Amino acid sequence: MNAHQSLAVGQPIAPPEAMSLLATEPDAMVRFAGISKTYPAYRGKPGVNALQDIDFAIPRGSITGVIGRSGAGKSSLVRLINGLEKPTTGQVVVDGRNISALAGRDLRLAQRSIGMIFQHFNLLSSRTAADNIALPLEIAGWAKADINSRVSELLALVGIADKHDRYPSELSGGQKQRVGIARALATRPSVLLSDEATSALDPQTTRAILDLLANINRELGVTIVLITHEMSVVRQLAKEVVVLDAGHVVESGDVADIFTQPKHPITQSFLTEVIGDSLPVSLASRIVAAPPAGGQAVIRLQVRGAGAGDTLVARLARELGLDVALLSARIDEIGGQHVGSLVLGIPLGISSGEDAVTRTLAFLSQHQFPAEHLGYVA
Amino acid sequence: MSPELINLIIQATFESLYMVGIAALLGTAFGLPLGVFLATSRKGELFAAPIVNRVLGIVVNATRSTPFIILVVAIIPFTRLVAGTSIGSSAAIVPLTIASTPFIARLVEAAIREVDGGLIETASSFGASPLQIVFKVLIPEALPGLLLALTLAVVSLLGYSAMVGAVGGGGLGDLGIRYGYQRFMPEMMLAVVVVLIALVQLVQSAGDYLARRVNRRLRHH
Repeated sequence: MNAHQSLAVGQPIAPPEAMSLLATEPDAMVRFAGISKTYPAYRGKPGVNALQDIDFAIPRGSITGVIGRSGAGKSSLVRLINGLEKPTTGQVVVDGRNISALAGRDLRLAQRSIGMIFQHFNLLSSRTAADNIALPLEIAGWAKADINSRVSELLALVGIADKHDRYPSELSGGQKQRVGIARALATRPSVLLSDEATSALDPQTTRAILDLLANINRELGVTIVLITHEMSVVRQLAKEVVVLDAGHVVESGDVADIFTQPKHPITQSFLTEVIGDSLPVSLASRIVAAPPAGGQAVIRLQVRGAGAGDTLVARLARELGLDVALLSARIDEIGGQHVGSLVLGIPLGISSGEDAVTRTLAFLSQHQFPAEHLGYVA
Repeated sequence: MSPELINLIIQATFESLYMVGIAALLGTAFGLPLGVFLATSRKGELFAAPIVNRVLGIVVNATRSTPFIILVVAIIPFTRLVAGTSIGSSAAIVPLTIASTPFIARLVEAAIREVDGGLIETASSFGASPLQIVFKVLIPEALPGLLLALTLAVVSLLGYSAMVGAVGGGGLGDLGIRYGYQRFMPEMMLAVVVVLIALVQLVQSAGDYLARRVNRRLRHH
């Protein structure tokens, strides 16, 4: 039990400079190589190809989001990482070990370096918070005294030192998830898997839990894999993202890159969850195809990139001499990049109506803002 | 009621408690592992052995469908083999144990199946072995249900023990039949019934109390 003598919270590992999903072998904490997973037909249910052609790596020390709709294969993916399931083809390498080739005792030893937190917390109702956190340590055969000091340390780390003797039924959802996080970190894992860990929590608690995960990543250097169907989780926490759809990785890479230039429709739809794609009803109902005298042309433009939209309206007004109206706007930040859309009203005036629209579109095109002319309002 | 009759009741009560107590202990010793196995051995489960599971299930059902009084008589040779005799309280423990084991096993199976499957997966993900999962997760989490199951088993055994008079097992039921019914002493019958009711009440209350004490699921402060 030498490894357990030191009670330091963990050795901070400096995150590597380049955190690309094309990470080479030494940088990868988790690597999927040629993975497919097929569930055979059983009792009249047809077989399912849950995952196909999965090849990607999760960089050491990163926070990587795996996002997909239900049925996209997220659960299968996470269960392959902690060895609860075997791939049909290919291998999953976790921290240099081919976890898909391990079985029995070897697998159980390897699983101690992979922590996991769950949507419904999965705490034992018969154990106090402290005893729940102690469970993986008991399983790993730690000495009683070592367990006690490690548990106190973990309770403090997740900010619930005062809940030592509370049973799960006496804790709030956020506190239960903190116990879950402490339990997952107990054996000092190198990877923390989060399986929809905030999906059962209210937005405020979700933010607190995500902040805690960010701290843990920063201070302990633990690689975090966030399995989620919620764009907001990826947006707040992840630096890297893998988009899953129907068992395939459809896009992967830096969060800001993926969501400022979404290529796949499913990525686009996740982006839409954050920034919306519909016009306000009061505006949409007023849009007409023919230019009314003295009205406005409606132009929607996409904003992508750091600080992209900041001065746009002012510059339009100044450089084109137009009294541009801001009809609707929605801009959010993903991975430090602005992502959103603006809906502008361009005054048609008496004579120069079409000219103003053309000049505006040309200006936007020149500055590389994708734009569309939606119609007119009176 | 004469002191002799009261002595008879006291003696019969101890006989009943002896038979039921030992049979409940043995029935739990056999029924608990059997029930845990039944609950964890279907396809894809912790100790997956679907064929053994099916066979044991059939044996359990067959034993449970045999009326107790027939079981007592049918296994007399086996009883003699195990207890050295087929008559008396000690011998009666054999059929009582054989009847209570599958009963307890089914109750244990139901209690274990009530445990959230997510907890098994959670413990597996920490690298817990199947036996660790049984002793550290399944049994502690099912404890309230297990205690209620055991309570139910003891109450049923008290009822069964009334029938072992047929093989000279003694006990309260036997006393009630021989004195209360055959010798037509209604006050004896009444006394036996009152003692049995009191015993059942006592066992049930104790079981309920213990189950409540260990149940942390719905307790709020």
